Amino acid sequence: MCLATPMRIEKLLEGGRAIVSQGNVKVEVNVSLLQKPKPGDHVIIHAGFAIETLSLVEAEERLALFRKLAELSGETGGA
Amino acid sequence: MSEERELASALVAEIERTAAGINRPARIMEVCGTHTVELRRQGIHSLLPRGITLVSGPGCPVCVTPAGYVDNALMLAESGRAVIASFGDMLKVPGSSGRSLTSLSAGGRAKLVYSPTELIEIARKAGAPVVFLAVGFETTIPTVISVLQDARNRGIDNLYLYTAFKTVPPALRFLLANPEHGIDGFLLPGHVSVVIGADAYGFLEGPGGRPGVITGFEALDMLLGILLVLRQVRKGTHRVENAYPRAVRPGGNPLARGMMESMLEPRDETWRGLGVIPGAALGLRPALADRDAAKVFSLPPAADAEAPGCICARVVAGMAAPPQCPLFGTRCTPDDPVGPCMVSSEGTCAAYFRYGDGK
Amino acid sequence: MKEGALIRLEHGSGGALSRDLVESVIHPFFRSESYPELSDASPVEAGSDFLMTTDGYVVDPPFFPGGDIGGLSVWGTCNDLAVCGAKPICVSLALVLEEGFAVADLKKVLQSAAAAAREADTRIVTGDTKVVPRGRGGGIFVTTAGLGRRVFSGVLSPSRIREGDSVIISAPLGAHGLTVLAARESLPVAGTLRSDMAFLYPPVSLLFPLEESLRFLRDATRGGIAAVLNEAAHGAAWGIRIAEAEIPVSEEVRTVADLLGLNPLEIANEGVFVAVVDAQAETAALQALRGHPLGRTARCVGHVSLENPGTVLMTTRIGGTRRVDFPRGLLLPRIC
Repeated sequence: MCLATPMRIEKLLEGGRAIVSQGNVKVEVNVSLLQKPKPGDHVIIHAGFAIETLSLVEAEERLALFRKLAELSGETGGA
Repeated sequence: MSEERELASALVAEIERTAAGINRPARIMEVCGTHTVELRRQGIHSLLPRGITLVSGPGCPVCVTPAGYVDNALMLAESGRAVIASFGDMLKVPGSSGRSLTSLSAGGRAKLVYSPTELIEIARKAGAPVVFLAVGFETTIPTVISVLQDARNRGIDNLYLYTAFKTVPPALRFLLANPEHGIDGFLLPGHVSVVIGADAYGFLEGPGGRPGVITGFEALDMLLGILLVLRQVRKGTHRVENAYPRAVRPGGNPLARGMMESMLEPRDETWRGLGVIPGAALGLRPALADRDAAKVFSLPPAADAEAPGCICARVVAGMAAPPQCPLFGTRCTPDDPVGPCMVSSEGTCAAYFRYGDGK
Repeated sequence: MKEGALIRLEHGSGGALSRDLVESVIHPFFRSESYPELSDASPVEAGSDFLMTTDGYVVDPPFFPGGDIGGLSVWGTCNDLAVCGAKPICVSLALVLEEGFAVADLKKVLQSAAAAAREADTRIVTGDTKVVPRGRGGGIFVTTAGLGRRVFSGVLSPSRIREGDSVIISAPLGAHGLTVLAARESLPVAGTLRSDMAFLYPPVSLLFPLEESLRFLRDATRGGIAAVLNEAAHGAAWGIRIAEAEIPVSEEVRTVADLLGLNPLEIANEGVFVAVVDAQAETAALQALRGHPLGRTARCVGHVSLENPGTVLMTTRIGGTRRVDFPRGLLLPRIC
């Protein structure tokens, strides 16, 4: 049961809760496991809790890494 | 072709190139049940070259909970002493009598929850003790104990946990301690690692260790994880790499870890089929004994029993694949499961059965 | 089935167990030479153009965003007739009410049923009402029978399906089942999820002019398209291969399904049907469907193949392959 869904914090609520959203879908979740949650943060949701904030910088780097790999793969002719 | 598909193809090509440079078959263990399912669901098995075997590990919390645990839960519910609340999977696991808790859900004695947060309302309305089947690894553990804390803070005193919390690093050590393990590298569970941190796997870099790559759950993440493990296998190194840095930090989630540290302590408990793994379980500390269902309701220790012919124990240890089980697909199917590896939505047998071999 | 077996909730899920129950326990009592197949809608007597169907509705809760059990039962019944090539003529409504069910709610249900019948150009001509004690019913259960007249001249059956045929899905998946589940469990998920329940005869009938090029139709209710495709392919000499990238699912359904750990291929729909057509007729079929509001996003998701007889395979988004299994276990109880 390790699946977690990435969503975006829309609004903080009282009692360690927040509204998070993805497109049209809004869910109320518990954010008390996050250190400094704020609206706009991308977080991963597991069992009704946000368990971590996602680093967009790392996400960008990952995409860049993949694209680089694809480029190199293309150059060496792939398999 | 979508960009995702292009990038996937490039990764697969790299995997093939790297595998070709390893002159023997490589066995990579996917520790986490969610990886077992996602790898198959995304069709990754069908894309990997021969010579790479993905072996499932013990990271399916329901699969490694002994049958006696379900027997105890059934007894509690049927005796009327408590109402059981649980995540979906655990409700479906048969106990040693072959019956599961689902039979009690219609009568309201067993309730399904999607999130532990629902327990507050359930406890409020129940008018009876509510025992939550607290089964899970480090991803789930903080969410459960957080709710317990919340309940206590609100003066809700009829919520109890019947814990079967398990932890990953000691289980990996245990697997590596067996000289016949045959594992060349690990895909480490991404979301468990979110909680415990990339630094939790240092022992993999020591003597007898193996390469471990912390891996996410999207298709590209998993392909990258496999590639990085293979590269190390080829080089003969055994380091821990974090291939999910957008979510996993070296120290993990400090609030979650702090809560686990203050409310829980390591225990020696039985992992179904693997026996007792020292320190690989977590239970409530003495200060919370009044919330510990096993103590409050004097539950006997959960007996480990396999149905005759079931080799779930070997499957979770990565020693056998489901098709090698005599019951697989005939006597044991998702509709009529014998063992938890087929019951659980993350069980290896269920994944094999439902998603196939990909060929 | 084993001696002493009991009915389980899973038998009602629309998956493999449901099929088993129907085929191995129920059908044997009723099959005959003139009725070897006992399809969803059957001729009232051998050779008749009048088809009859029946359905039970146990949806919980009875009122949900986008509809209620009244409209659902009428249209669901009409849709069963439509996918068997018949135009609905009339419907009967038998109600089993639980003691304590509000009369005001009953009136709402009946109003919806009447409105749905009007829109379907059909009539509710007879009915029955029973009341069961509190605790012995589900609020309101509805059983229907529907009568229709065959309009499509050909035969619609999996036995007509051939290698190379195109598999078309008429509309996006998963809305109905998720909406009902969210309403029942009061999940803290807000969105614009609404049941997709619809009267499908109009778009379905747009395919009738295809004549023999139209092989098979089925509405994708309980068990979703995974159930429909697996049932069609089961035991056949051919299989189906679909492409994940082509499966129509709204962002919203995808997100909510993700959060709940559910698979859109297995979720019930009430406004979606599957059509299998000769590949040569695919373009015409899509053009016809897309001209109708209920088929605007109709899409070919795959083809019939000889590579995997009896099964359904899917090419995943990253180009891998995996099986699409029958839905298993207790997915979503009381969705229809």
